[in-house]
Amino acid sequence: MTKRITKKSEPETGHVEYWKPQSGWWYISAVISVLVALGVDTLVPDSQFVNTLPYRVFLEIFITTLIVLWVISFKANSLRKILYHQAQFIFAVGIALTVWDLLSTKSNILQLPFFPGPAQIISVIVSERETFLISSYYSLRLFSVGLILGTILGISTGILIGWYQQWYYWLFPILKVIGIIPSIAWIPIAVVVFPNSFIAGLFLIVIASWFPVAFMVSVGIASTPKVYYEAALTLGANERFLLTNVAIPNAVPDIFTGLTTATGFSFLTLIVSEMIGAKAGLGWYINWAKTWSAYDKVYASIVIMAIVFSIILAVLNSTRNYVLRWKKGISK
Amino acid sequence: MSKQEILINISGINRVYYDTTGKTTVALQDVDLDIRKGEFITFIGPSGCGKTTLLRLIAGLDSPQSGVVSIEGQPIEKPGYERGFVFQQAALFPWKTVEENIAIGLKARKVFKEKKQYIKDYIDLIGLTGFEKAYPHEISGGMAQRVAIARALINEPKVLLLDEPLGALDAFTRIELQTTIRRIWKKTGTTIVLVTHDVDEAVFLSDRIAIMTARPGRISEVITVNLKPERDRNDDEFIILRRRVLEKLELAGKHWSSRLIDPLEQPSISGVGEAI
Repeated sequence: MTKRITKKSEPETGHVEYWKPQSGWWYISAVISVLVALGVDTLVPDSQFVNTLPYRVFLEIFITTLIVLWVISFKANSLRKILYHQAQFIFAVGIALTVWDLLSTKSNILQLPFFPGPAQIISVIVSERETFLISSYYSLRLFSVGLILGTILGISTGILIGWYQQWYYWLFPILKVIGIIPSIAWIPIAVVVFPNSFIAGLFLIVIASWFPVAFMVSVGIASTPKVYYEAALTLGANERFLLTNVAIPNAVPDIFTGLTTATGFSFLTLIVSEMIGAKAGLGWYINWAKTWSAYDKVYASIVIMAIVFSIILAVLNSTRNYVLRWKKGISK
Repeated sequence: MSKQEILINISGINRVYYDTTGKTTVALQDVDLDIRKGEFITFIGPSGCGKTTLLRLIAGLDSPQSGVVSIEGQPIEKPGYERGFVFQQAALFPWKTVEENIAIGLKARKVFKEKKQYIKDYIDLIGLTGFEKAYPHEISGGMAQRVAIARALINEPKVLLLDEPLGALDAFTRIELQTTIRRIWKKTGTTIVLVTHDVDEAVFLSDRIAIMTARPGRISEVITVNLKPERDRNDDEFIILRRRVLEKLELAGKHWSSRLIDPLEQPSISGVGEAI
């Protein structure tokens, strides 16, 4: 009898995920377009005073990576699919860099300081790397302490509200009202109440992450299907077991939904609160650069933020995919 | 097994539902029944006859306005693991693997360490060896119901309550699982109470069939199934009994449910279960 039972086949998502033309020509074009960007920067004379060496090194690393990955991909079919799928986009990036470089550094149509070229931005990132590292460190420290505290508070209050009627009665209305206030509205109060800018920023990020997490957790707990409780009860569960083994696991997907929202709010709150009171961090740096009209540094910090925040979101996303591996279609 | 020893006593049960408009529905009226230890008894009847309500009363998931349901003389007030329950939708915990779902009862009763070696036996019993680490979304509906049965059985319940467990499955899977349920019942000797609207299923599995009527819900007749232990759906006696149950249901029910399967219209399925 067991022979007749077969595991349901996984949905075939491969062809949906990588639907762009699987042709080597697009990939070769992509490499050529980045080569053109490099060639243009090397051969066309500059009309702005810019150290273009870091930009060219960057393009060389980019090209080398593309070629190395391509060689590896002859042995790894899945990598090949990804590369070929991305080929058109990389091609466009090469073109865009070329055009941007020509418009700014090469022709001075886009003028400094407000509209620097790619070479200028990369040169600033390299020359100011220490400041960026320290600023990123301060930002990350404030962000992670705040988000972790806010998440712990959010999960605990969410569980209390979702599970106990008394807590729901007293806390839920407060959560509902305070939760919709953007956390940065608390800035004037935070800077007066708290002894230093770190704690004030921390407070704001805790506020920004606490409420979305608490709200989603309470909803997740309250929406546990009744049949799960009934099943657990007929298997010998007591109330405590229902909470820890039925309601909370059922709310885990909602915890992640809340956490994703909280992360977004926290990025915003982090940068704004650093711009206002702090003496360190990416938000502080961007504000400081602005007062000196050093717009190349402003753009550079934006690039750094994009990288740092993308990494944080990627970590969050892969944690979520791992924890929720029991969910249908979560790997997408 | 002693057929005469009574395990569950249902006496004078009344259960009325009130909806928000104040309308009342009598789900069960003056229901009396004794369920014997080790027997396989089926509640069958049209929609709204209260058969699921009666099963939920035994489970302790619902309580009557009047009357008593007792098990071994003890009145039933709340759910407990000695009355295992299998829902129509398997109700497996989606965040737990097959193995972990079966282990839930052991964990809830805090006997996991002592009894975890039995998990394997129950996976074998339901024929899901090799699927221990699969999550519920990766297995079929029939397999999920097998897991639900094993999950209830690992607690060694005094009675296993099955609430239309095969209702959502296709005809072939249903027959396959009927054979499995009969095999498990013979092997474990557990008392089983089944709720179904499938006459074929009732005759194939039961020692006794309680026929129920709707509005008000009550038991109109209890039929004893005197067939040989190895049941054959093509057997003359089987067909005669099936027709008898069907006639009783038609007589009893003014609110005839179209969901009832007329076995005479489906000759192609008959006997498939034996071939598996």
